[in-house]
Amino acid sequence: MTNYIIRRLLMVPLLLVGVTLIIFGMLQLLGPVERSALYVKDFPKNDKQVQGIITRYGLDKPFLTQYGIWLVGVKDPVTGERDGGILFGDFGYSRTASQDVIDIVKNRFPNTVDLALWTVYPMLSVGIWLGVKAAVNQNKFIDQAARVYSIIGTSFPTFVFGLLLLMLLYAGPQYFLPGKMSDWVSQLIFSGEFKQYTHLLSIDALLNLRFDVFWDALRHMIMPILTLSYINWATYVRVTRSSMLETLRMDYVTTARAKGLSENTVINQHARPNAMLPIVTMAGSSIVGLLGGVVLTETVFNYPGIGKAAADAAGQLDVVTVLGLAIFSGAILIFANLIVDVVYAFIDPRVRLA
Amino acid sequence: MTEQPEMIPTGDNRMLDEVFSDRKITWLEKTLGTDNYRIVKGLFKTPASIIGFILILIFVLIAVFAPAIMPPVDNDPFKMPRDGYSGEPRGPGAEWTRKVPDMPFWYEPLTGKTEMTHVLGTTQGQYDILYGIVWGTRTAFNTGLLVVAVTVIIGVVLGSIAGYYGGWVDNVIMRITDIFMTLPYIMMALIFSAVLTPVLGRSLWPPLIAMTTFGWMGYARVIRSDILSIKERDFVLAAKVSGVKKNRILFKHVLPNAIFPTLVLASLGIGEVVLGFASLSFLGIGTEVGYADWGQILSFARNWITNLDRYWYIVVFPGVTLTLFVMGWNLVGDALRDVLDPRMRGKI
Repeated sequence: MTNYIIRRLLMVPLLLVGVTLIIFGMLQLLGPVERSALYVKDFPKNDKQVQGIITRYGLDKPFLTQYGIWLVGVKDPVTGERDGGILFGDFGYSRTASQDVIDIVKNRFPNTVDLALWTVYPMLSVGIWLGVKAAVNQNKFIDQAARVYSIIGTSFPTFVFGLLLLMLLYAGPQYFLPGKMSDWVSQLIFSGEFKQYTHLLSIDALLNLRFDVFWDALRHMIMPILTLSYINWATYVRVTRSSMLETLRMDYVTTARAKGLSENTVINQHARPNAMLPIVTMAGSSIVGLLGGVVLTETVFNYPGIGKAAADAAGQLDVVTVLGLAIFSGAILIFANLIVDVVYAFIDPRVRLA
Repeated sequence: MTEQPEMIPTGDNRMLDEVFSDRKITWLEKTLGTDNYRIVKGLFKTPASIIGFILILIFVLIAVFAPAIMPPVDNDPFKMPRDGYSGEPRGPGAEWTRKVPDMPFWYEPLTGKTEMTHVLGTTQGQYDILYGIVWGTRTAFNTGLLVVAVTVIIGVVLGSIAGYYGGWVDNVIMRITDIFMTLPYIMMALIFSAVLTPVLGRSLWPPLIAMTTFGWMGYARVIRSDILSIKERDFVLAAKVSGVKKNRILFKHVLPNAIFPTLVLASLGIGEVVLGFASLSFLGIGTEVGYADWGQILSFARNWITNLDRYWYIVVFPGVTLTLFVMGWNLVGDALRDVLDPRMRGKI
């Protein structure tokens, strides 16, 4: 076990270097002048300033030197102050959002986590339940319906589904709302009466015992939650169904039936837990995906998370911001994957022995 | 001494029958080889995959006959004609006053009108939705075919080098593949398009190049695993023994025998590419405004979310089109997955 974890940990820096190399490598397509946006806030006023920036940050040096400077920044020879360097949390300055990229991350990431938190349970429970139901009633109506649904579900583009939801639930009846919170909630937060313990709005609302705020937060999140779940259910149904069908054919299931256990016990206690292994892998990667930024869903519903920030910046061709956000979500993915793999090794001994 | 019971053969002899029967071998099986023939046969077996093929066929017909279905108005047929400059969408059946195309053959018999109207309405900026859907089908096939072709070439070259030569070459290539697979696809396509757009200008190319750069990994993995199994076959050994050069064995003996599943997989990847491209257009990356492209028509709807109940046609028509297109490829792809799954081998 320890061996496996150590091997897996050693992969992390390698992956980080690889990911940052790819992302930084893209910038080589731009000229040195355009690349200077990585380090300075204002547009340089004249050619002399531009030249100064290029020499200061080595923008005309070979690729690996530039990469090194980008990672650790430059030290001012006089004051000794460090300037730039993503390893020290300096992701650059976003001109379109008029703030540091790291501040965008700080403001937006809690919202993405908030959404992910409330999506996980409906996504997993309904998907698995439907998949098991389909497998147990193989070739009956519910099975056929689940299969048709899983094909339609995987074909429905996220943003089309989102727009249809907006059309049905928001545009006329206003049951649920896009965005993050109503105006009165943002005024409440601004007034300081509402304490922000975790910066996750729904959790903070519960901690403050403000159930009206909690309901408001949910009202804004229900459409994105539905969209994300809907898209994922389709895959969960398919995978659960096939894994469950395979398990139901195993000898120990026949044994359990032969010794007279009720069908419910056979399915719920003997078959289903053993059919869950592929689902655990999938659940891991889909939760990781939720944290890494759900660009399309957040954009459709104007939900101010990391993904929406990236989409907005990309639409305005703000390379520095997109780059910083991409690095951040890449890093999140790498660490979350690490956790998933380690958890998986605990559950399934075959992984750590391989 | 107990008497030995008489031996009763209980085994299932159906497979033996199959081996020894004089199975009729069609010309298709002869040209494709048994394994590949099994794949093709499996693709046409289920009703779902046949519906998929029909959907794809309909879209192919729309793309091929686009000039007849919706006659172009401008010199560049991919530019959607603008009927005025008003921001507000107009509903199905609205009058067409400016830049009216010639009347297509289906129009009068189907609608019974003698004046050209916007059959599916117009979107923001008075672009005709039907025109955008019809010519957008061509855009979809163009982008899909191009991206798939290039990603397959990249994937096949890298995957077959990794699989055939093995050792550290394999290790390096597959680790790079792993790193590319860690990256979030839409996010990466987004950032690369944003970097490319100032260099190449607003056109189809930035999203196409971005999707190609981050789309080849699946093919590399599939071809690699197929090559790993093919290179252990006897005919490869025979080629080696008779002194054929390594590169020649790879290109003349191994690759032709291993490539078929990858090619089928790739041809079904078009749906996914079109979906990715539409997603990028929806986010505002890619073609210039007014280009016939489904994602862009849908992106106009982002400005009208408070009134979508009134302007439903700007979402429903292009949305359903895109969904049906993707569904066609998914239905066939589903059948393919069943065929390629090793546990299903011999069951079709």
